[in-house]
Amino acid sequence: MNKKITIYSENPFYDKSLKTRHMKATIFKMVTLSSLLFSLGFLIFFLSDIVIKGLPAFQQTYIQVDVTYNEKTVKSTRKAVNKEYRRLVSRSWLRTIPQQVIDNPNLMNTKIKLWILADDQVDQYLKGHHHNLKPKYIQSVDNLVKNNATKLRFNIIFFTRGDSKIPEYAGIKSAVIGSILTLIVTMVVAFPIAVMTAIYLEEFAADNLWTQFIEININNLAAIPSILFGLLGLAVFINLFGLPRSSPLVGGLTLAIMTLPIIIISSRAALRSVPDNIRQAGYGLGLTKIQVVKDHVFPLAFPGVMTGSIIGLAQAMGETAPLIIIGMVAFIPDSPNSIMQAATVMPAQIFTWAGMPERAYVEKTAAGIMVLLTILISLNAMAIYLRKKFEVKW
Amino acid sequence: MKINEKNTAITVNSLNLWYGDNHSLKDVSIDIHNNQITAIIGASGCGKSSFLRCLNRMNDLIDNIKIDGEIIIKNKNIYDKDVDECAVRKYVGMVFQQPNPFPKSIYNNVAYAPIKHLMVKKGSACDDLVEESLQKANLWDEVKDKLHSPGTALSGGQQQRLCIARTIAIKPNIILMDEPTSALDPISTEKIEALMLELKQEYTIIIVTHNMQQASRVADYTVFFHLGDLVEYDKTKNIFLNPHQQQTEDYITGRFG
Amino acid sequence: MLFKTSRNQYTENILKLLLIIAATISIITTFAILFSIIFEAIEFFEMRSFWYFITGTEWSPGIEDSKFGAVPIFAGTFMITIIAMLIAVPIGLCSAIYMSEYASHTIRNLLKPMLEILAGIPTVVYGFFAALTIAPLIVELCEYFNLEASFNSALACGIVMGIMIIPVISSLSDDVIRAVPDSQRRASLALGMNMGETIVAVVLPAAMPGIISATLLGLSKALGETMIVVMAAGLRANLTWNPLDDMTTVTVRIVDALVGDHAFDSPDTLSAFALGLVLFVVTLLLNVISLTLIRKFKQKYKVNTL
Repeated sequence: MNKKITIYSENPFYDKSLKTRHMKATIFKMVTLSSLLFSLGFLIFFLSDIVIKGLPAFQQTYIQVDVTYNEKTVKSTRKAVNKEYRRLVSRSWLRTIPQQVIDNPNLMNTKIKLWILADDQVDQYLKGHHHNLKPKYIQSVDNLVKNNATKLRFNIIFFTRGDSKIPEYAGIKSAVIGSILTLIVTMVVAFPIAVMTAIYLEEFAADNLWTQFIEININNLAAIPSILFGLLGLAVFINLFGLPRSSPLVGGLTLAIMTLPIIIISSRAALRSVPDNIRQAGYGLGLTKIQVVKDHVFPLAFPGVMTGSIIGLAQAMGETAPLIIIGMVAFIPDSPNSIMQAATVMPAQIFTWAGMPERAYVEKTAAGIMVLLTILISLNAMAIYLRKKFEVKW
Repeated sequence: MKINEKNTAITVNSLNLWYGDNHSLKDVSIDIHNNQITAIIGASGCGKSSFLRCLNRMNDLIDNIKIDGEIIIKNKNIYDKDVDECAVRKYVGMVFQQPNPFPKSIYNNVAYAPIKHLMVKKGSACDDLVEESLQKANLWDEVKDKLHSPGTALSGGQQQRLCIARTIAIKPNIILMDEPTSALDPISTEKIEALMLELKQEYTIIIVTHNMQQASRVADYTVFFHLGDLVEYDKTKNIFLNPHQQQTEDYITGRFG
Repeated sequence: MLFKTSRNQYTENILKLLLIIAATISIITTFAILFSIIFEAIEFFEMRSFWYFITGTEWSPGIEDSKFGAVPIFAGTFMITIIAMLIAVPIGLCSAIYMSEYASHTIRNLLKPMLEILAGIPTVVYGFFAALTIAPLIVELCEYFNLEASFNSALACGIVMGIMIIPVISSLSDDVIRAVPDSQRRASLALGMNMGETIVAVVLPAAMPGIISATLLGLSKALGETMIVVMAAGLRANLTWNPLDDMTTVTVRIVDALVGDHAFDSPDTLSAFALGLVLFVVTLLLNVISLTLIRKFKQKYKVNTL
């Protein structure tokens, strides 16, 4: 369409006005292409921004200092470390000194060189980020670096601990557990109800006003802002039913209502794509309607139902707004053991960290995002894989 | 069949066409008469529609296609590099099997292309062109009171005549019709056929049809295609009454296809 | 007994009943949302004037003489939404046009999942990005031009929100543009139009109901978006036309009213439900119009893949 055109005087199939018209068309095409490239460019910018911010969080600074264990330092743990380095080690680690002595009494009255988790300011300084270290401590850190007494280790704490007010001790474990509990509630509630609704609407309900009303309702429900589900959760589950605030139970129920329409819509599409002759064959064998649906139609629609459920699950997993409303953004250092305990979820943890003043939380937030996105993208990839694998052309 | 140059609208020389590996038109050469109706007949898949689409380069839109040979219109091979296919399609109009008016008003269906081609500006000149085109397509009397209602609201036969009016509006010299009545009822078909006979005064018309009665009713010349080969080309009367080729006779008498 | 299996019949009926109950639960939720919001909102309007709520320009909860005039909140929501739509509609639509009309099959199969990734990113992540990357960037840029921008500027929220909505608009538009029958394109090309002219003059007008529907859906999504604005917009109910200034939105105020330590029956808390009611009504309206348009489009072109 946009090939170069040389003009012969006697060419009957060319005139000058076409040149302008084709030029306009080319410009139009370029505009559409650049829009698309903008979206993709943003995606790349965005992902690399998160990765650059988050990657350092997977490593944590440790410093090698002498630790003195004796009566005095067990009482006043700060004194276990030489004054020069006292402020450079993690306060959380110092707090474990009494426990260490109880666990291993031989430590008493010894002085050992140990690799100890560094304070978040030291960590940020050594990673070249913004920090608030005083000049004299910078001097000490530089000394440590000179003596090879600092190193970066894989940040295992990030995956094995819950939230903490001390940045170097904060991890996402309790948020991950909270997410898992919440999503279990969500799927246990949403999946059966959604699938049964879809079966009812697609296989049993007559096409009347009532069905149309349900249909409009469900489509609407899918487009309601998520925060309003939080208002529902607060007013109904917490205030009316008296369920415990901040618990995975309330969070799961709220998200279940949000996920319902997503699963219903995709399950209906899956059921609809099963051709009618399968049903007729079943009836021909004298099966009842329920038997036909249960044994013949539903198994064929199952991959589609699963795909929709996984997408719904992924969406519920990334949802934050309604959970803020029902109080799931509380500070939760310990992992919840049951669905009735206060808990937080991954996106809520990200939200909390994003609001923290310490610079060290920025990389934690970005790292949390990386973990969350990895899970979400894997879930979506799984859904796409399922769809492709079981895609049947009737 | 060679005819004298003055009366030739299109000259096709050794046209070959491949869809991927499928050789769909094999060395087709033909001269098409000016201001006559030429019908192209043949069984489905014989290449008659592909051939028609070559004549206004509509095949360019299909991926994986290879065209070889020349099609000369106004002493110019339309497959030359310096030819703009938009200009070709303006000179060689096309009407499709399914009536496909745009979801615009009747008026805008007709006025759309002339305005884009800068033939007229909006206003009275454009109104005149729309009226003239609809008149020529025998549709004016039926729609003159509802020019601004949607073209898609018309009946099938009216829609097809609207599509013809739309084609006429850009003042082509040749009109290609790809089974223009196969989706229509007999009465609408009759109107379109009558229209074609009127239009041949001004335009060269090439029509693909699977309906042999239609070919015998409207066409001056008839071409018979079989599996990508041009089998026979002659006056319609000769093709139907006195075909030279056995294949043609078999097809005409309904022994296959 | 030959044609009767009563036990089967019995289970059959039970199962059917279960299905009906499930379907009913699904509908009840919409009404549960509506009523739970309405009741609390009514309680709020018993304490505070409805008229002042929709016309008042001062929003000052939590103080002795608290006032609940929501106009600045609506204005902030409106401003951020407009900025978001100004970005999302042209870019989303143009991306859809390229994908459906120009891109080859392979490129399309490559690009579509990427846009799906963009759609799958949780909003809290966009919020972090808006607050920590885009907002400071805008402040710096404005400094360069001697302008003063807030770190909670409406512009930063609007831009990121717009990007969030691009996939909503592009994927639905892509579907409707592809649903426009090829015969329309062929008709236009056969009249000597080039591809660009065909798209602008024939394909887009035919797909217009679907495109409008996609836009309304995006609009509804922008109005109800919470995390981006909670993290990157201001809290102050600020009535201004300057997009570089901080502004607040309906959703921000809802969150702020409910995470505080106020008693549940205080007007401070209940104001969240009054705002929630407005949000519900407006988005419901947009959704209904959008769904109706898309249904009409489907009927017109007889597609059921959308």
